[in-house]
Amino acid sequence: MRKLLERLAAGDLLVADGAMGTMLMERGLHIGQPPESFNLDHTDVLEGIAREYLSAGAEIIQTNTFGASRLKLSQYSLEKQVEEINKNAVLAVKKAATERAYVSGSCGPTGKFIKPYGEIEPQEMVDVFREQIGILVDAGVDIICIETMIDLQEATYAIKGARRVSSSIPVMATMTFENTPKGFYTVMGVGIEEAAKGLEIAGADVVGSNCGNGIENMVLIAKEFMQYTRLPVIIQSNAGKPELIRDKAVYPETPDFMAEKAGGLISLGVSIIGGCCGTTPAHIRALRKAVDSCRG
Amino acid sequence: MDLLQDISVALQDGNCEKVEALVRQLLSAKVLPKDVLDKGLIAGMNVIGEKYKNHEIFLPEVLLAAKAMYKGMDVLRPLFLKDEIPTLCKVVIGTVQGDIHDIGKNLVAIMLRGAGFDVVDLGKDVPAEKFVEVAVQEKASVIGMSALLTTTMPAMKEVVERLKKRRLDGKIKTIIGGAPVSADYARHIGADAYGYDSVNAVEWVKKLTTQS
Repeated sequence: MRKLLERLAAGDLLVADGAMGTMLMERGLHIGQPPESFNLDHTDVLEGIAREYLSAGAEIIQTNTFGASRLKLSQYSLEKQVEEINKNAVLAVKKAATERAYVSGSCGPTGKFIKPYGEIEPQEMVDVFREQIGILVDAGVDIICIETMIDLQEATYAIKGARRVSSSIPVMATMTFENTPKGFYTVMGVGIEEAAKGLEIAGADVVGSNCGNGIENMVLIAKEFMQYTRLPVIIQSNAGKPELIRDKAVYPETPDFMAEKAGGLISLGVSIIGGCCGTTPAHIRALRKAVDSCRG
Repeated sequence: MDLLQDISVALQDGNCEKVEALVRQLLSAKVLPKDVLDKGLIAGMNVIGEKYKNHEIFLPEVLLAAKAMYKGMDVLRPLFLKDEIPTLCKVVIGTVQGDIHDIGKNLVAIMLRGAGFDVVDLGKDVPAEKFVEVAVQEKASVIGMSALLTTTMPAMKEVVERLKKRRLDGKIKTIIGGAPVSADYARHIGADAYGYDSVNAVEWVKKLTTQS
């Protein structure tokens, strides 16, 4: 398989996979159960989801390790299984992908704040991510994806952790923004300009945004990102904001709607387009079609 | 008194040491603890709340200010207990069962304390029965529930229904919040209020505790 960064440098546009958490819920994940617990006893389910996204046309498949840092796992008393949880997730996706897609190791926030406004020392943050990313890389991921970040410092320490593990592995870093009257900001007050520049300086190879917004806001976010960075941009949109219908979360954006609006991302020159919460293989199939038809 | 204003400013800057020192200084100058709380700490948190609401500041500044507020309150608390000065009503708060996202809930707890409420924080992943039990034990006036995951929202309904079953609805008011939650959902499950952000939640809790 050609190296990801070479393809991006050549101007390729790649389709990534869609949601994991909402897919797991449909496959038996209980409310309150950590999604990563499936990595211990349901790797067949992970493999199945990866296959579905592959056949929908995704070229980047993420591991089910979003909350698999030691700090996050400790909130479920699973920290002793950090190695097994990360390794199994990679192996499941690799088994399905068989060199047809890039395996991307997902690293989400720890859920803890860094000093002075939180309790975690910067060095501990770096170590926590270095540990998780070390396991992911040893197990054979092709890319690291640091995602859904709201604190630029935490994202920076995660990128540092990745770089301690490997200077060559491609690192994608995305943040989640809210639409405020003053523009897009993360909960911690990071604007898009600051995010784009900060993530680039920290050493990310691909920057962008995931989660928190539907496709229309994501087009606006992508546009702003591209003003402030020359790095390839990745966008993974939610299928809108979920509504609760008969005690079930329903995401309003259909595959067709998303694919149509994703035209905005394609014409901006976004490098990787994928889905986040609420998206399904049907959304990815629609995105795939939109991307292929644009390339003619 | 200018020193009270200084407390408010030091709190807004998140300067823990200065807040603590000023509180001690005012107390030794015989300023009433209640005034130090109201005109110093609470006044400062009001400004923080307002600025946060208007997106002039973000979470880090609020967290730092809260740390300073707690430093000041630690000094005042023994005096309140000794003098049995009545504080505002008690609020039991937590993130509902199945959900471990507590940033929003913590923020509401900060703002409620900053407004003078006595907050019992049950943390995250709180079972429905625990909300009710603790609220009864603590003679709380309000239960505040938070959820970030759409899938955990039905847990809010369960708390409201348990209150009804025990005929405590009306006596113990309920307020809900969190990214996926809406005023419609609050009406739908019979909760008394929906706070769209932390400042709005405090406004609602004030209303709920003054009407009955």
